[in-house]
Amino acid sequence: MSTNHKSADESGVSRRGFLKGLGVGTVTTGVLSDASLHEAQAAQPGVKGPGSVPIVLNINGQSKQLDVEPRVTLLDALRNRLDVTGPKKVCDRGTCGACTVLVDGDPMYACSLLAVEAQGREVTTVEGLGSTEKMNAVQEAFVDRDAQQCGFCTPGFVTACSAFVRDNPNASVEEVKAGLGGNLCRCGTYAGMVLAAADASKKKGQA
Amino acid sequence: MANVAWPAEGDRQVIGERIPRVDGPAKVTGAAKYSYDINRPDMLWGKLVTSPKAHAELIAVDTSAAAAVAGVQAVWVDEDLLGEELRYVGQVVACVAADTEEAAIEGAEKVALQLKVLEHQVVDTDVSLSSGRPSNREDGNLEEGFAGADVVVQGEYGIPVITHCCLEPHGQVTEIKDDELYVWPSTQNVSRYSNQFGDEIDIPQNKIHVDTQYMGGGFGSKFNIDKWGIIGTKISQDTGRPVKIMLDRREELMIGGNRPSGFANIKVGLKQDGTISAVDAEVWGSGGQGAFRAPPIPYVFTKVPNTRLVGKGIQTNRGGVRAWRAPNHPQGCLLTMSAVDDAAAALGMDALEFFMHNAAQTDRPEVYREELQIAANIIGYRQKAHARGDSGPGPIKRGLGIAMHTWGGRGHPSECDVTINSDGSVEVKIGSQDLGTGNRTIIGQVVAETVGLPFEAITVHLGRNSYPASGASGGSTTVGGVSVSSRRAATDALNDLLGTVASRLGTTADKLEASGGRIHEVGKPGGGVSWREACSMLGPNSITKRGINNPGESQQEGLISAGVGGVQIADVSVDTETGVVTMNEMVAVQDCGLIVNMRLAESQVYGALIMGITYALYEEAIYDAKTGLMLNADMEFYRLAGIKDVGNLKVHMMSGQGYDERGIIGLGEPPVISPGAAISNAVANACGVRVPSLPLTPDRVIAALQKGGDIA
Repeated sequence: MSTNHKSADESGVSRRGFLKGLGVGTVTTGVLSDASLHEAQAAQPGVKGPGSVPIVLNINGQSKQLDVEPRVTLLDALRNRLDVTGPKKVCDRGTCGACTVLVDGDPMYACSLLAVEAQGREVTTVEGLGSTEKMNAVQEAFVDRDAQQCGFCTPGFVTACSAFVRDNPNASVEEVKAGLGGNLCRCGTYAGMVLAAADASKKKGQA
Repeated sequence: MANVAWPAEGDRQVIGERIPRVDGPAKVTGAAKYSYDINRPDMLWGKLVTSPKAHAELIAVDTSAAAAVAGVQAVWVDEDLLGEELRYVGQVVACVAADTEEAAIEGAEKVALQLKVLEHQVVDTDVSLSSGRPSNREDGNLEEGFAGADVVVQGEYGIPVITHCCLEPHGQVTEIKDDELYVWPSTQNVSRYSNQFGDEIDIPQNKIHVDTQYMGGGFGSKFNIDKWGIIGTKISQDTGRPVKIMLDRREELMIGGNRPSGFANIKVGLKQDGTISAVDAEVWGSGGQGAFRAPPIPYVFTKVPNTRLVGKGIQTNRGGVRAWRAPNHPQGCLLTMSAVDDAAAALGMDALEFFMHNAAQTDRPEVYREELQIAANIIGYRQKAHARGDSGPGPIKRGLGIAMHTWGGRGHPSECDVTINSDGSVEVKIGSQDLGTGNRTIIGQVVAETVGLPFEAITVHLGRNSYPASGASGGSTTVGGVSVSSRRAATDALNDLLGTVASRLGTTADKLEASGGRIHEVGKPGGGVSWREACSMLGPNSITKRGINNPGESQQEGLISAGVGGVQIADVSVDTETGVVTMNEMVAVQDCGLIVNMRLAESQVYGALIMGITYALYEEAIYDAKTGLMLNADMEFYRLAGIKDVGNLKVHMMSGQGYDERGIIGLGEPPVISPGAAISNAVANACGVRVPSLPLTPDRVIAALQKGGDIA
C-alpha cells in the first residue's frame, strides 16, 4: 500500500531543499543591497525575487493569477491571497498536516511548498473535494462517524484521507492508521477518523 | 401547555438521539470560517515582537529598521514596559503591522530590543526553590492514622507543565467601521469578551461586535481578550484598516497556555484490608508567575480520616499560565492515584479490589463501584490482571492500571431567545459558542424536542455578543446552561403559540400540546392542526421569548445537576529494553446525568481519552535552566499523539434510570482527568516499578527500571 504523504524523492519536492532555500533567501535579503541583488539575478536567470513575481496557479480546476514574492508558501498564497482557507496554518513546518492539499493528486503539506513551485500543477484543496450540498464519500463518512470536534485539523485529514481511500480500497484498520499518520488532531478525534476512513475505503472497494 | 421539565425516557423524540453534529458538513468541506480564516478588504497582518530572554530589563526599543521594511504600515510598542522588567520568554513587547504576512514577520524580526539581562529561574521540579508561605490543610490525626496502618508507603510523583497547543492559535481580526469595532476572536467567551477592553479602548460596549462562528480549540486557554486583542484594536484605530494578529506556533506553545505542574512527596497508610487510613502530602509546582494552588490530595478519596496537604509554590520566569481542562484535577488525580496504587501493590492487594474497597471513602461509592465493575468487564480485567511486575518472561511487559475522578459541571447562567415565525420557522439566538463540543447541535435538539418538530426544522444562531448573553465555555458548564435557557425560551414561545391556536379552535391552551409537527389536543397526536398552519395564525407577528438559566433554581427543579464520577482502566505494554510504552486498550466509564446526544457525548470522552494519553506519554514544556528558553516550542518536539499511538478505545456512558433523573451535567472536563493516573498505574503494574513523573517517555521508563534494579 502507499502512504498518503509521498516522500521528498517521490514528490520531487524536498522539504530540506525548501528550508535551505528559505535560509539562503533570508541571508540574501539581509546582506545584499537591492542593486547587488538584481545584479545577482541577472547573472543567474533562474533566480526570482525578492520582489513579487506574477504567477498562475491552478486551484480546484480554476486558473488564478496573482503576484507573490518567491518566499511565499503555497499555503499562504491560498489563505492570504486567494481566500482559500480550507487548508489551515498550524505548525507551518511540515509536522501536523493541517494544510494538506493534493498536488497533481498527491497529498502534500502546502506549508512546505513555495507558491512559485506549484505553478503548472493541479492543486486541489478540501473545497475542491466536495461541498456542503455534495460531499465526497470521505466527507460524508467523517460527518457520519463524528470524526471531528473543533474541526481545525479536519480539512487536512479529509484531504489526506481522500487520497488514501482513492489508492487503498478495502483498507484494514492498521493500513488506515499508517495512511493517516501524517496528520495530527488536538481534540482527539482519531477514534471516529479510523472508522470514517475504513467506511469510505470499504465503499470505494465496492464501487 | 408545555412545561420545562425534561420528558421521561419513553416520551423523548429528539433528546438522546445520535444526531450528527449540524456543522459537520461545513467543517469537512472547508466552508466553516474560523477566526483565523477571516480575511477583510485592505487588511493588515500583525506580527508580535516578544522577549527573547526569561528575565531582563527593557531599556529601549528601536523600531526604525522595522518601519523601513517595504509594506510595514505601523509599529506598536508597549511603552509602559520601558524601564520595566520582562519576566518570561515570549512576553509581548511590540507589534509590527504590514500589508502582507511576510513583511510583518520581516519587520518584527528587525525590531531591536535593548535589554539588560537579569537572573532567571525556570526550574519547577525542585521544592527547595519554593518561596512564600506554604499552604497547609490538616484533617484528623495524622500520627494516629499512620500508627494504625499496617503498611506505610512513601513515594515521589510528578506531572509537568504542559501547553494547550490549540491548533487554531490565539488571536483575532479587528476592524473599525463608523467608529464601531468589529472583532472576530478565537474565544471561548463570546458574551464576556467585549467588556474586557476596559479603559484601554475608548469604544462603548454597545459598539463592539464580537463574532466567533468557528474556533479551533481552547481547552480553557481562550477566555481572555489578551494583550493582542488590545494591540490589534489600537492598530485598527490608528491605521483605519482591519488587522489580523494570530500567534505563531512558537508563541502559541510558549504563551498561549500553560497548565501548572504538580510534584509531590506522598506518604500513604493502609490497613490490612486495604482501607486508606492516612495520607500525608507535600506538593509543589509552578505555572510561572503568580500564586500556586495545591492540587487536591487525596483526590476523590475525600473521606480518608487523617490527611495533611502542604502546598509550596515556585515562582518561575515562565509565561502563559491558563486554565486547562479540569484545573488541578489531572494533577490531583495523578499524584493521589499513583501513591495509593503503590501502597496497594506493597500490600499485595489487587488494584480493582483495592479501588472497589476504598470507594466507600468517596462521595459517591455506588456510582464508582458500578463503574469499576463495568470498566473491568469491558477490558477483561479479571482475565488479564496480575500482581505488580508479575508480567511473565520476555522484554515486553503488559499491565493494567485504574484511576477514578470527579467533577462538578453545573450549567452556567445563560440567556436565550427562541422565535417562532408565522412561516413555521423556528430560530434560536444565544451568545454562546461551539468549541467543537457540539453546542449548536445540542441547542437545536432541545428546542426541537420542546416544540415537537424534527431537528432539521430548527435554526440555531450563536457566536455573537449581540445575542442574549451566555456564559463562557469552561468547566463543563455550557451544556447545562444552554439546554435550560433554550428549553425555557422554547417552552414559553410554544405556550404563546398554543394560546393563539386555542382561541382559534375554541379551546384553551392547557388542553393543547405539540408533537410530531402538529398542535393537537393533549394525548391525541396526529389530530389538530399542522405546525405550519398553527404558525400562520400568528399573522405578521412572530413570537419571541427569552429563556434564562438561573443555575440554583434550575438545579432545584431537577433540570440540571452537578457532581459526576468516572472510572478508567488502561492496558499498556512496556518494552523494558527501549522504554517505549504502547497503548493497547483503554476504557472510560462516565456519567453525566441526562445525555442530550449520545454520539456527541461519546466523542467528548474519546477526545478526552486521547488528550489524556497524549499528556501521559508525550507532553511536557521543556525549559532550559541555563538559558531560560523553552526548548520544544514547536510540534516536532512538543509531541501530540498520532492516530497510531492511542490503542483501542472503548467508551461506556452511564445513562437511563438513576442517571437521567439528575438532569443535564457537563462532560468536557471529567474524562480527561484520569488517563495520566490510569496509564502510570498500568506501566507500574507492567514493569514492576513506578515511573515517578509524567510523561512516561522512554528515558524516564529506563531510568525507573535502572533505579528499581531491573536493568543493570
